[in-house]
Amino acid sequence: MQETIKGRAYVLGDDIDTDQIIPAHYLTYNPAIPEERKMFGVYALSGVPAAQAGLPEGNCPFVPEGGEPGEYRIVVGGKNFGCGSSREHAPLALREAGVEAVIAESYARIFFRNSVNGGYLLPFETPTRLVEEIRTGDELELDVKGHRLTNLTTGKSYTLRPLGDILPILEAGDIFAYAKQSGMLA
Amino acid sequence: MAMTMTEKILARAAGREAVRAGENVWVNVDVLLTHDVCGPGTIGVFQEHFGKDARVWDKEKVVIIPDHYIFTADAKARRNVEILREFVAAQGIPNFYDVGTERYKGVCHVGLPEGGHTRPGEVLFGTDSHTCTHGAFGEFATGIGNTEAGFILGVGKLWVRVPETMRFIFDGSMPPYLMAKDLILHVIGEIGVDGATYRAMEFAGDAVYSLNMEERMTLCNMAIEAGGKTGIIAPDQVTCDYVRARTSKPFTVFTNDEGATFHSEHIFNVAELEPTVALPHSPDNRALARELSDVRIDRSYIGSCTGGKTTDFIAAARILNGRTVAVDTFIVPATTEVLQALHRERVDGKTLIEVFQEAGCKVGQPSCAACLGGPVDTFGRLNEPLKCISTTNRNFPGRMGHKDGQVFLASPLTAAASAVTGHITDPRELL
Repeated sequence: MQETIKGRAYVLGDDIDTDQIIPAHYLTYNPAIPEERKMFGVYALSGVPAAQAGLPEGNCPFVPEGGEPGEYRIVVGGKNFGCGSSREHAPLALREAGVEAVIAESYARIFFRNSVNGGYLLPFETPTRLVEEIRTGDELELDVKGHRLTNLTTGKSYTLRPLGDILPILEAGDIFAYAKQSGMLA
Repeated sequence: MAMTMTEKILARAAGREAVRAGENVWVNVDVLLTHDVCGPGTIGVFQEHFGKDARVWDKEKVVIIPDHYIFTADAKARRNVEILREFVAAQGIPNFYDVGTERYKGVCHVGLPEGGHTRPGEVLFGTDSHTCTHGAFGEFATGIGNTEAGFILGVGKLWVRVPETMRFIFDGSMPPYLMAKDLILHVIGEIGVDGATYRAMEFAGDAVYSLNMEERMTLCNMAIEAGGKTGIIAPDQVTCDYVRARTSKPFTVFTNDEGATFHSEHIFNVAELEPTVALPHSPDNRALARELSDVRIDRSYIGSCTGGKTTDFIAAARILNGRTVAVDTFIVPATTEVLQALHRERVDGKTLIEVFQEAGCKVGQPSCAACLGGPVDTFGRLNEPLKCISTTNRNFPGRMGHKDGQVFLASPLTAAASAVTGHITDPRELL
């Protein structure tokens, strides 16, 4: 786990569901096959309606049509991020697209668990709403252990909720690495 | 210490005297369910971490039900079912309901109880968010991801945070124009799509206990649409009769202790509720069917784990009998057992299938079909930006296929009434 994550922000609204993160017709790709796994990054967030894609302006696709993913490292969302299906393809798609952390007001629980147990992303909660504070494309710096976010574009800084009990799982890498370290798995 | 039934179920599974909401506990898993969409990834995780030749922790406890992308020419979808077949054969897993065989069921959340795999008091995890459906049988049931499922395949355990319980009590006797779907859409509208996040939603009251198991499953099915970890209903004679007719395995009935602590209690009188609709694009965007008569629709869809069970089709047939549909209407039985019921159950002397065919409906094969869009050749999929009234569970943007499609969630009665008129219609107008 990196101590600092620095990169561009991609901003979304409330109730971003897993069908928006990775539409169901792409679920025929098998994430266990490396070439197919990459496709989840290509189609990440392709279900977000155009007007809500990349706030505040919108109409800013996460992955440009025919382009490569990798422009953004931090996704900023509102309430209930990742609601809907249990598809682990959702945090996996964001990770494959280069995202390392999501910062949202709250999460749907299966998305949160998948992010942590699969070791895909750091799912930070923010006590203050940042969707209107941060613009898509802003340069952010995230101090992981200090749970502090700085918007290098505006100079503003925000304290996030600590990761708490899940930090050891994320530090280990995923639930398997954690279970091995803690002696649960041989 | 007084416990809720969810706390009691998790305490047993954790091998503990007692557990309390908020604690993280490791529990032993009674059943792990997976399907064709998440199964291949789960198997990949299992083999990566435990080895190519590793054995699952208990082959009797793994249930694999391909159901999502079945009747499609999509090569990858077919390949994914093949991955399940190879794994099942290598592991000797008996509970596999393969496509193209007599064992094929269809939608996992309806097939699982039909196959006797849902039992009171147990802990069930599934790689599908609607696994919460099975709380209707008085068990702890919730959805998980591939990594967690791969972990369970190896060790048979998982950690859970013991949830607080929100109680939803429905008093009164169910009017003939209401269904479980109206009740749960009302609740979700009341508390919002994140109103139950991390909590168990318990359904109780006279109206709930008057419902059959299929209707109780509909209530619990949509707990996830309020962010709930699970739905749960304390077992009664109806539950035990259903389960004993399908399995000889013993089970334990847990109920709330006197003095158990709940997060909150919400009381409704069903006589005051009306046929309810969730407008695009969120299950909590609540309206009443009678307020929406100016909304023209292009399509009606009756199917899925939420609205494709025998009870759902009997309700739809009560409306459609002797009438013709004004818009394309898709009938998708959840399972092969439901399909058989369409040929067996009768309304006014006619079988349900006769009623649907005479009304001009299109009848598909048992599977998840267009509930979640799927490959473009999926039966009933919205390939254009249509307005669809649907008995399914989600109406997020793009859920049934087209990104600009509009999905209105409703009961089978309301979906059938709207199919007849071509606009959203309160079923009381046609009953």
